[in-house]
Amino acid sequence: MKLFIAAIALLIFGLAPLPAQKIEKIGIPGLEKILASSEDQLYVVNFWATWCPPCVTELPYFEKLSKEYQGKGVKFILVSLDFPSQIDSKLIPFLKKNKITADVRLMTNLDYNSWIDKVDPGWQGNLPATLFFNNAEKTKYFHPSEVDEKELRDLITKYKQ
Amino acid sequence: MKKYLFISVAALMMTGLLNAQSQYKAGDIASDFNLKNVKGEPVSLTDIKDADGFIVAFWCNTCPVVKKYDQRLQELHAKYAPKGYPVVAINANDPAVSPGDSYDRMKETAAKLNYKFEYLFDETQETARKYGATNTPHIYILSWKDGRLVVDYVGAIDNNADDATAADKKYAEDALNSILKGQAVAVAGTKAVGCSIKWKKS
Repeated sequence: MKLFIAAIALLIFGLAPLPAQKIEKIGIPGLEKILASSEDQLYVVNFWATWCPPCVTELPYFEKLSKEYQGKGVKFILVSLDFPSQIDSKLIPFLKKNKITADVRLMTNLDYNSWIDKVDPGWQGNLPATLFFNNAEKTKYFHPSEVDEKELRDLITKYKQ
Repeated sequence: MKKYLFISVAALMMTGLLNAQSQYKAGDIASDFNLKNVKGEPVSLTDIKDADGFIVAFWCNTCPVVKKYDQRLQELHAKYAPKGYPVVAINANDPAVSPGDSYDRMKETAAKLNYKFEYLFDETQETARKYGATNTPHIYILSWKDGRLVVDYVGAIDNNADDATAADKKYAEDALNSILKGQAVAVAGTKAVGCSIKWKKS
């Protein structure tokens, strides 16, 4: 009987589709926590949305480099500005289809003007945008537009110093 | 006299530089323009009758954030055009970069959504650059004062793109209501999150 239950459990959990992409929902406190990260490593925080074509173009570079730099002092966080009403219809299918395994967080506070300046006062609200920082080294660079793979690699190399 | 002339010239040059680089903000004087509407007619703000000002909206056919705000822009026009502030929407996206934003597709969009406001094509992108528009949607509320167009508000329509009923800061409406009462606009600038304007590749 125990074996039977175990077999059923194995069937249910073992055959379940690939583990669903974990999406942590964040608000302003969650964003502030990211921005205040004090670990001595380079944080690469990309702001994007599935509805933003240049974001979708550059996302694979972030995914690729997040794997390359795993455990090498670079932490990638992909903050999605997708609409909370479209998580199941747009965001999750997109992440599955594109096999995105990087750390994706969903910003659920849509009152953009209450937090956009915390990321960078110069940010006009255009997507994509990427923040590079290492609070331990007091380095910070805000990139208010898209990057290609080489640019991203170069920026990481530059600010990882 | 020479000194004043110098200062004026320097001030003019600085204004020119600022205009070239940054976006209009409240208090600035906005330029009029002459752009083709979806009926093929050239439209300037000075030609629009019975207007004390305008809700100029940098807009397009394709951006999902614009689509979210479509109904709200139409409601703004329905509510404020009779009070002297019609909507004037402008698409500045380069169709070579964003084919869905071609002039023909603008005509289709305006017909399909039954736009009651002017929908203009900024083919050269000169107007978007002058205004410093970065995204769609991006709203500029202007008022005629002594024959000049003064900027009263720049930014987002409200603070919830996803759900109009959840928006608890209606920036554009609040600004318009203040203007209509002759009061100062409390929040004259916000940042508008949306799709980047698709600039021509140089």
